[in-house]
Amino acid sequence: MSDPYPRAPSTHVPVLRLGDVLLVTLQGDLHDSTAEQLQQDIGEAIARSSVSGVVIDISGVEIVDSFLGRVLAEIAAKARLLAAQTVVAGMRPAVAITLVELGLTLPGMRTALDAQDALGMLTRQAASSRPAHARQESP
Amino acid sequence: MQTAGRVEASLPISSDMDLAWVRQHVRQTAAELGFGLVEQTKLVTAASELARNTLVHGGGGRLESVRLANGHVRGLRLTFADDGPGIPDVERALTDGYTSGDGLGMGLGGARRLVHEFSIDSGPDAGTRVTVISWTVRPPHPRGEV
Ligand SMILES: Nc1ncnc2c1ncn2[C@@H]1O[C@H](COP(=O)(O)OP(=O)(O)O)[C@@H](O)[C@H]1O
Ligand SMILES: [Mg+2]
Repeated sequence: MSDPYPRAPSTHVPVLRLGDVLLVTLQGDLHDSTAEQLQQDIGEAIARSSVSGVVIDISGVEIVDSFLGRVLAEIAAKARLLAAQTVVAGMRPAVAITLVELGLTLPGMRTALDAQDALGMLTRQAASSRPAHARQESP
Repeated sequence: MQTAGRVEASLPISSDMDLAWVRQHVRQTAAELGFGLVEQTKLVTAASELARNTLVHGGGGRLESVRLANGHVRGLRLTFADDGPGIPDVERALTDGYTSGDGLGMGLGGARRLVHEFSIDSGPDAGTRVTVISWTVRPPHPRGEV
């Protein structure tokens, strides 16, 4: 918060796998190139590991402009293509208010209070949409 | 009476690293002037949109920021200037969803909604200057009517 300089561009945003959910935590001021790299990394991670959900924790993000908004929307679109749900978690109230006035909607994305809430949403949904024996049916 | 302070800063806008500097500068200055968190966030977001336009559409340029005072109310004026191709049709450029590139087309119109005063000076081959002002206390007159 009191950091007087923009954070050095993190070339790598951690993408964590929890069961069949990817958890991505965004922090600080994301440079455009970092956001684009992230979009590519997540796309590849979803394709590689066939997850059912992606949680993007933005509680550490101070602003979402139309560039980051587009990156989030494209991640969600890519996830949906691969049958995964995207949940954006922990959006700060000031960011949410600003997004509305900016006129941005985040299409194809659900929102959750925090990452834990998001994981709960995805787990409940997987439990209710999965037939009882679906786990055994693949060879 | 409205008084303009010295030019607080003049920042280059020629890389996405510079966009981060612009956001940082606007955040810090707005906080020092006493803007609330929501108003800071709106102003930083508007600045991010306009600085990116300067970079992407204008081919790079500068931000000049000036602190303002109107009685006890403080303000921040941000001018984004480039010598790029200019905007041939400003009304169309302000329309939500209009983009000449591959953006969302929400930056210019969105930035206008996020600040108290907004003006564009541009034309074909004339470069572009976008000036925005926000106050720590919302002015009594409707947005943009000065
Ligand atoms: N500084 C500028 N120089 C030239 N054209 C600009 C500038 N800023 C905005 N524009 C034009 O206005 C359009 C709309 O801008 P904006 O709403 O920010 O959408 P986007 O940047 O996503 O295209 C741009 O696509 C561009 O054609
Ligand atoms: Mg733009």
